[in-house]
Amino acid sequence: MTDRPLLRMKGITKSFLGVRVLHGVDLDLYPGELHALVGENGAGKSTLMKVLAGVHRADEGAVELDGTPVSFDHPVRAQRAGVATVFQEFNLLPERTVAGNVHLGREIRRRGWVDVRAMERATGDLLDDLGLEGISPRAKVRSLSVAEQQVVEIVKALSQDARIISMDEPTASLADHEVEVLYRLIARLRERDVALLYVSHRLKEIFDLATTITVLKDGHRVDTVAAGDIGPAELVRTMVGRPVSQVFPDRVEPRGERVGEVRLDVRGGGNEQVDGVDLTVRGGEIVGLAGLQGSGRTEIAQALFGMERFTRGEVRVDGRRVDPRSPRQAVRSGVVLVSEDRKTQGLALNQSILANGRLALDAVWPLGARRRSRRIPGILESLELVARGGHGQEVRFLSGGNQQKVVLAKWLAADPGVMVLDEPTRGIDVGAKQAVYRLMRELSAEGVAIVLISSELPELIGMSDRLVVLDDGRVAGELPADSSEEAVMAMATGAPPDEAPEQDPERHDPRTLGGGPPVSDPPENGPRSHPEEAAP
Amino acid sequence: MTRSPVSPSLLDPRSLPTRIGTTALVYAALVVILAVSAVLVSAQGANLFTPANTVDLLTRSSLLGFLAIGMTLVILCRSLDLSVGYVAALSTVVAATVMAGDPGRIALGVGAALGVCALIGLANGLVVTKLRVNPFIATLGMGLIIKGYLDTNFQGPAGDVPSAFQVFGYARIGLLPVSTVVMLVLAAVAIWALARTRLGHHMYAVGGDAEVARLSGVRVATPVVTAHVLCSVLAGVAGLLLAARFGTGNALVYGNGYELEAIAAVVLGGTYLLGGRGGVAGTIAGVLILATLDTVFNVLAVDPFVKDVLRGTIVIAAVALYARGQLSRAAVRVRFPSGGTPPPEDPPDPPGGPSPRDPEPAVGGAR
Repeated sequence: MTDRPLLRMKGITKSFLGVRVLHGVDLDLYPGELHALVGENGAGKSTLMKVLAGVHRADEGAVELDGTPVSFDHPVRAQRAGVATVFQEFNLLPERTVAGNVHLGREIRRRGWVDVRAMERATGDLLDDLGLEGISPRAKVRSLSVAEQQVVEIVKALSQDARIISMDEPTASLADHEVEVLYRLIARLRERDVALLYVSHRLKEIFDLATTITVLKDGHRVDTVAAGDIGPAELVRTMVGRPVSQVFPDRVEPRGERVGEVRLDVRGGGNEQVDGVDLTVRGGEIVGLAGLQGSGRTEIAQALFGMERFTRGEVRVDGRRVDPRSPRQAVRSGVVLVSEDRKTQGLALNQSILANGRLALDAVWPLGARRRSRRIPGILESLELVARGGHGQEVRFLSGGNQQKVVLAKWLAADPGVMVLDEPTRGIDVGAKQAVYRLMRELSAEGVAIVLISSELPELIGMSDRLVVLDDGRVAGELPADSSEEAVMAMATGAPPDEAPEQDPERHDPRTLGGGPPVSDPPENGPRSHPEEAAP
Repeated sequence: MTRSPVSPSLLDPRSLPTRIGTTALVYAALVVILAVSAVLVSAQGANLFTPANTVDLLTRSSLLGFLAIGMTLVILCRSLDLSVGYVAALSTVVAATVMAGDPGRIALGVGAALGVCALIGLANGLVVTKLRVNPFIATLGMGLIIKGYLDTNFQGPAGDVPSAFQVFGYARIGLLPVSTVVMLVLAAVAIWALARTRLGHHMYAVGGDAEVARLSGVRVATPVVTAHVLCSVLAGVAGLLLAARFGTGNALVYGNGYELEAIAAVVLGGTYLLGGRGGVAGTIAGVLILATLDTVFNVLAVDPFVKDVLRGTIVIAAVALYARGQLSRAAVRVRFPSGGTPPPEDPPDPPGGPSPRDPEPAVGGAR
């Protein structure tokens, strides 16, 4: 390792639509080093990476490569300068060969003709160098596994003499045996003095691989430390440690007759993405599904809503066994989903507010739709939906918060018993957030069972009566409502229990949960025991 | 670090051509169809392979072949050209009127026809890439413009093709019509160019994923525009063949639905309608299949309406067959393959390299 950094980023600042996502971040990269970039969802890791890759341009700050200032305004420029990025979504052509992909845009020619053999030889040499003879340069990328495709991406970077390779959650879609291949590849890259910038949520990988760790939080660089100088518990604390500043509305006095009844009961639910899901939600209860992106939260929501079935286990709604194979069946059984992407999955953007409100009714109960839809204006009213053009306005002109209210109105009109909310406050303003929170409180008081999915831990903790933490498609454990963010993160990242962060004095220690500190809400002490709680 | 006990998936000899390629499949289908047709025809007491039938089959192939080769290039780039029928009609008219029966003006006529076609292709390509008009609309519009021009100016046969040029339509080498030879040569050139030129590689890249191509430094407009120009020029060659056979320019040939037949041949040949996959070799098989069917239907005197029903059915069936093989396999990991819960395995050991520490493995690491 030399003293001079290969890459130096200084004071990188970046805003999107007036929202500042990076505040003067500094980062140095040395040859042969693996520099891990960690932080919560939305801390600015991906943005920083994209600034380096030339996808985004920094508003302020400087990037120096080998001491020379550079400014990449296009990814190709960055690649030519030796800065390659392996994004989560692959940049490969599935129908072309490995060699064709590696040399795309830089085909080797001899006397003007593309020399396919030479490209295959060059690619094969690189693969051999990396100890990956198993991949044939002539194989079509489509026939490769996800891990192999990632290898091809990295080989593509190397074939352009990349000296810096940054990887955005490279293991997010890899199975464990495939992760090993990546580990070996990374070791080889470091031997070749390539500098690596590595974003991952998985603490184990970070401690396995990293030489240096930079922690980002809310767009600020919190700390940069040598990996040997910090433990997982301390790292989690550095990532999270922020005061809970948001205020959440108080619980409302329950008044519905179904409060306390088990309304949703999932036993051993599983499909290709999740496994062994046990989830019980009572009327009047808000259960938070916590976990990192890709941990299976959305997949569970989609399975409940009939988008992707559970192929194993059973689901009961209000005691009746259901197996929704389509959203239509799910809605009929009383389960609705406010999906995480309201623009593509929640709304018909070119239609009016009222038409969107009636969407579910018209589709699922065509006969009773007219009668039921009389309630929609009232529901919209109660959600404080403000639209300048009245209820006939097209929803695409509404703000994010008002759009979300239309989605909510659509589902409230269907009188759900179980409501799954996937990131219900994503991209909406503070006022609308409060409206969504109040609505959740009201609904649960009326006896609706609510499953809340959110990447914002304070929101999840503040609104839920109980948290079910997911890790890699399985339930990692269950935590009470007032758990600390550190405890949730530790469980979701698979940090070891014995090194979990110390607790604030006024907070419960999650691991004593099963033993018995007072668990406030009655629904949590349901008849069944939670086997997951015993698991690490 | 020692050499890899790499994961099993990396050791699979997947690179071996274990699967039969789509192109081979199409040629197999061609052989089957030829065999079945021969049997059917002989059951009627006739012979499919008489010189007359063979020449008829090959001549049909060359006309459709010119159109389909160009269409293949365009479709590979994830574009489409619905104007080729009109372009071919325009080409007959331009060639015949410029030649005006004078053998000395043949070269001029050919050049004029192909030049006009090239300009139309250029316009198509620029409208698609620069104005970002959907190719379906852009080329349909271009087709209508040409149709309007032809309808106003050329009611009946126009111009006169000298007999020297009619050789292109009628001369044969043995049983092989000259036009078929030209078509096959052009097909070979196209196959070669797609495999061995940067432009060819970039056509596949742009059709496969324009964004990936752009991020790899490919100028994405160039292949698309080139494909459109070549497609129109090849449609022009098809028009020259029509003119040579008719001996005159005939604007009304645009009513024969050449564009759809060409697309059918391309798709039948295994080229993916959404671009990035396929090739000219398959298209030629598709052309031969369609030409065979036509010839057989003629020999058997099948009702023309039934003929179209059969052709449509075959095209749909073929595409349905291919579609089974290419259901989008997105790079989504199957965490829990169907079946029971996999027994929790030990998580993998950290890699050989020295790691600063070894905290507890992540939980929930199934498979």
